[in-house]
Amino acid sequence: MMRGALIAYRRIEHGFDPVFGAALNPWRHLGSLGFLFFWIIAVTGLYLYAVLDTSVDGVYRSVNWLSREQWYLGGVLRSLHRYAADAFLLVTLLHLLREFLLGRYTGFRYFSWLTGVPLLWFIYISGVVGIWLRWDQLAQFSAATTAEWLDWLPVFATPLIRNYLSANAVSDRLFSLFVFVHIGVPLLLIFGLWFHIQRISRAEVFPPPALAAGSLLSLLALSLALPIANQAAADLSLVPGPLALDWFYLFWQPLMYATSAGAVWALATGATLLLFVLPVLPHAAAAPVAEVHPDSCNGCRRCFEDCPYAAIVMVPHPSEIQGRELAQVIPDLCASCGICAGSCPSSTPFRSAAELVTGIDMPQMPIGGLRRALEQGLARLTGRNGIVVFGCDQGANVTSLAGKDLASFTLICTGMLPPSLVEYALRGGAAGVLVTGCRAGGCDFRLGNRWTEERLAGMREPHLRARPPGKALRIAWADRGEEAELAVVLDDMRQALAAERLHPIADPIADPIVASTGMTAHG
Amino acid sequence: MAKPISWIGQALLYGLFALIIGYFSNSPPYRHLPADQALIKLSFSHEGKLVSACRQRTAEELAKLAPNMRAPMDCPRERSPVTVEIELDGAPAYRHVARPSGLSKDGASTVYHRIPVQAGEHRLAIRLNDDARATGFNYRREELVTLKPGKVLVIDFNQEAGGITLQ
Repeated sequence: MMRGALIAYRRIEHGFDPVFGAALNPWRHLGSLGFLFFWIIAVTGLYLYAVLDTSVDGVYRSVNWLSREQWYLGGVLRSLHRYAADAFLLVTLLHLLREFLLGRYTGFRYFSWLTGVPLLWFIYISGVVGIWLRWDQLAQFSAATTAEWLDWLPVFATPLIRNYLSANAVSDRLFSLFVFVHIGVPLLLIFGLWFHIQRISRAEVFPPPALAAGSLLSLLALSLALPIANQAAADLSLVPGPLALDWFYLFWQPLMYATSAGAVWALATGATLLLFVLPVLPHAAAAPVAEVHPDSCNGCRRCFEDCPYAAIVMVPHPSEIQGRELAQVIPDLCASCGICAGSCPSSTPFRSAAELVTGIDMPQMPIGGLRRALEQGLARLTGRNGIVVFGCDQGANVTSLAGKDLASFTLICTGMLPPSLVEYALRGGAAGVLVTGCRAGGCDFRLGNRWTEERLAGMREPHLRARPPGKALRIAWADRGEEAELAVVLDDMRQALAAERLHPIADPIADPIVASTGMTAHG
Repeated sequence: MAKPISWIGQALLYGLFALIIGYFSNSPPYRHLPADQALIKLSFSHEGKLVSACRQRTAEELAKLAPNMRAPMDCPRERSPVTVEIELDGAPAYRHVARPSGLSKDGASTVYHRIPVQAGEHRLAIRLNDDARATGFNYRREELVTLKPGKVLVIDFNQEAGGITLQ
């Protein structure tokens, strides 16, 4: 079932690529979109707080005034505040679902997963209490229902519901308390978000500008087209009439009356416990983490810079040479992605040592072993247009690509590929090199395809020493299951290489980066 | 995808996103109670009487106590459970025995219960006992009430106001 759900999800995510482009696909930026919506809520909330009168009589009047008398500013900001809150919850739940479907809750990811779970409670608490600050019939219903729900727990000496039995029971202090919670819990949320991204280096805390602008404009248009308005003022002597319910935040309240308070508690605590327990459920053993070889590490800091999970620290080198540093891997944080090995300048296969030992390497797939495998693969290539394919375990399965003119290698992550290995393949007899991996923005290890593109384009160390001639290098990002699409790119590359044989290009130092098919492909 | 088509696609998807947010932020409408019903809420937080009477300490007993503890009366901490019954139009509608709160059972007994009823005229009888030493009910109230659709009638207990209150 999980597999089916993942396939269905992938189809939806990929369906957005032709429209937004892989790098701007909102499904790959759900977390950062959450940050964007949070900041919209915070900024609009500042204005709403300034005009809110927290007295019993004033709270409804002041919020209503915004929508009726100052609709062009306060009304729009109020609607934006509320719609951004709904969007925040929606993208957060989708973010949770996506990470779950992709299995990103075990191993080194457990910390981000566990610290994310309480954030859901914070979002719900601040959102629900925010609805009460309008003190209309919806607020009356929601506040009383929440009190009944909380009273199910045998912890309150006096039932909370007694605060909502009659108009006399509601005091100004109650709304001061609501404001305190509505502002205090989001502050806790900021703290929790900071924790949530602690083990991620270069965390994306703001979506790409185009995506941010599109999201903001769509909410702004919604605020103008369908402004949020108060319902009838709260009257505790009456049962609220038909309510325009915010189903994102309040779906559980009708559910409580359809079932029971105990059932909703069971659902809420059960879901929370399940989320907490997921990382400790049995799962595949963790892969070996990166290993540092002090004799080959010159302390250049490239692995430290490129590690997507801040799993590498620099320490004094045991050689005790003044100023020289050594990379050190923190095993608990290491994702075993091999991106560090791809960043290491000593991972060059041109070194004459019989046994290639790099400064930092993956025990399960050392660069030295990769060099040997590449040499064997090059020796097996037939024809004049042999192609070497470098893929990764997470993206399209490159071993399924057939052809005697092919030598395919699957790395842990494409980011593990030292650019010099591309040059080594071309000098070793390959006519072309195809580099593939997860779709742009969807790297399973976050930064693998970004670093690879930058290294091959000469924008990041270690870079390709010389640009390959003509169409000799192509990059085509493709997720698992997109082997057929990758095969099309490969055929195109074969034809391009054959054409170049017939018509040698005038300038062999051509720009290798040219957009290609529906996938993010360069060649 | 060509740029203009991509932009149109983006506009449509952003529109769909706004539509989903806008719709579920306000719809579908929810009606808590059918339009022809009213709601009776029974709620009180009341400390029952002590489970047994206080007694006078003897001089010997007082002498054994520390000087600052020599209270002449010895009273139990535990309070009586509060029993409440509601009869609606002659039929039993609710009965509950509320235990005193606290580890020593010396706190208030609390009750909250909702009874949705058809709007209209109803004969309401409420009986309450807060004394374990008394038999039957020591507080009673009978009332003919007319409840309009959507009306909330709160049954509370306030000793200073004479016991069972309706508001």
